[in-house]
Amino acid sequence: MSVAAGALAGLGTGPVPPAPPHASSARRNLLVLLGAAVLFAVAGRIIELRPLELVRDVGNIGQFLKGYLNPSFANVGEYAWQCAVTVCIALWGTLLAACISVPLGLLGARNLAPHPVVYLAARRLMDVLRAVNEFVFALMFVTAVGLGPFAGMLALGLHTGGVLGKLLSETIEAIDPGQLEGVAAVGAGRAHAIAFGVVPQVMPNFLSYILLRFESDIRSASVIGMVGGGGIGFYLWDTIRAFNDREAATVILLIVAMVMCVDVVSSRIRRVAI
Amino acid sequence: MACRASRNLHRDVIDAQRGAARVTRDMGAIVSPVIRIDRVAKSFRGKRALDHVSATIHPGQFVAIIGRSGAGKTTLLRCLTRAVTTGSGSIHFGDVDLGTLDGRALREHRARVGMIYQQFNLVRRLRVIDNVLVGRLPHLRGWRRWAALARWFDPAEQAIALRCLAHVGMLEKVWQRADTLSGGEQQRVAIAKILAQDPRVILADEPVASLDVLNGRMVMDTLRRIASESGLTVIATLHHVDYARGYADRVVGLRAGGLVFNGPPAELTDAMLVDIFGEYPAPLATAEPTMSDAAAVA
Repeated sequence: MSVAAGALAGLGTGPVPPAPPHASSARRNLLVLLGAAVLFAVAGRIIELRPLELVRDVGNIGQFLKGYLNPSFANVGEYAWQCAVTVCIALWGTLLAACISVPLGLLGARNLAPHPVVYLAARRLMDVLRAVNEFVFALMFVTAVGLGPFAGMLALGLHTGGVLGKLLSETIEAIDPGQLEGVAAVGAGRAHAIAFGVVPQVMPNFLSYILLRFESDIRSASVIGMVGGGGIGFYLWDTIRAFNDREAATVILLIVAMVMCVDVVSSRIRRVAI
Repeated sequence: MACRASRNLHRDVIDAQRGAARVTRDMGAIVSPVIRIDRVAKSFRGKRALDHVSATIHPGQFVAIIGRSGAGKTTLLRCLTRAVTTGSGSIHFGDVDLGTLDGRALREHRARVGMIYQQFNLVRRLRVIDNVLVGRLPHLRGWRRWAALARWFDPAEQAIALRCLAHVGMLEKVWQRADTLSGGEQQRVAIAKILAQDPRVILADEPVASLDVLNGRMVMDTLRRIASESGLTVIATLHHVDYARGYADRVVGLRAGGLVFNGPPAELTDAMLVDIFGEYPAPLATAEPTMSDAAAVA
């Protein structure tokens, strides 16, 4: 470990050379810490943070638990069917989202957009789709197409389409431009250049994003029934609001089981396909 | 497509081996256009990249463009593909003025120019054969253009691709993905791709700069053979003077964007090299690896 050998013999001894001065960051760190503490204190006041009530009302929680520990299986068939409906909503919602995201993602990628105005328009449209929560879309579609899973699927598809579109456009912007140039340089048209120069590069990422969003759509679809979007969410809302704890427990158990099953299946697909 | 293509694989391979000799001979009927570069100048943000370069390149010549990094070699090549537009001056391919091309006409020009890159620029996740078939894209007509979007090519196109691969000695790697190949193999696939493209002119931007000496010579030999057998013009930027001396019919020397040499490699004296590359840091004739070095490695 000693450097005092061979050609470096002189480095172990002699005076330490004065390094140039550097500013200390301790003062800045302290200020940041203080600022963060103030911010969280104010935010806590606003949300009426009262952790003690958790302890004081522990008896009520016990009341709840009693019902939840005895799930009722009277209506389990209907709940299971609604879980299946929920999975179908998520399936079609994700399919619709993928279809929406492809054109938006292509036009919203800086390196492919035919014109900066098109690029900006596609980007803003995706921002709107992402900014509006699927619940808000669901409320709109319930008035447009009526109560039921179709409205829920449309709502999920639109919102997730914006998310997938943004992910896709950012994946496209990160491609290796050389591979695209190698296709464009043979005189291929725009569609061919995309099919050969872009699609093979973005496909693995895009598929994995779709699977990820499908898992997230399952969770969204399991509650979208609360606003009339179909699926198990309606019973979730109904049983909890009616303090029907034993039924609510069954519904929650089924949702947990469904989400776990879908996650297992989709991770298996990811391992095989990507 | 895999099943469709491999059903007749054995016959295709036999055909390909027989057809390999035909590829360049068939192209021999095609005459490259005369390329006239007339007082071309180009600046990037005020920095002069090309300074009124003029040259005429006759069909079938193997032209090496040499010069230091930043001398304008690549810019000149990119002007020839119209990847960049010239600031002033004009470039003619035969009767076609490159300055007037846009849209469809520009794509047709690019189809006539085969481009080889230093980094190969193959689609890494596609198989070798799909990469070669990319060269067929501009030639597809009718419904085949649409089928190609799903990477479906009819057997005639696949046969062309197999012949081109056989021509560069890459037939046995046809079903492998491009990113499993070594650099030299990728460059040979890239050459097969432009053979399939059936261009009138081949441009190569530092085709051997990323390759070791042996692979570099193999690639240069292939380009040289194409130029000799088919009469295609090949224009390559090179920074190894010995490659230029060993392979080119004609050498164009650029220095700081200006043309300082234009003649046969025999006239490329040491004094000329100093003029092109400058004096510092070492005499160039010894600084560059030489062919005898390559032979020693072999």
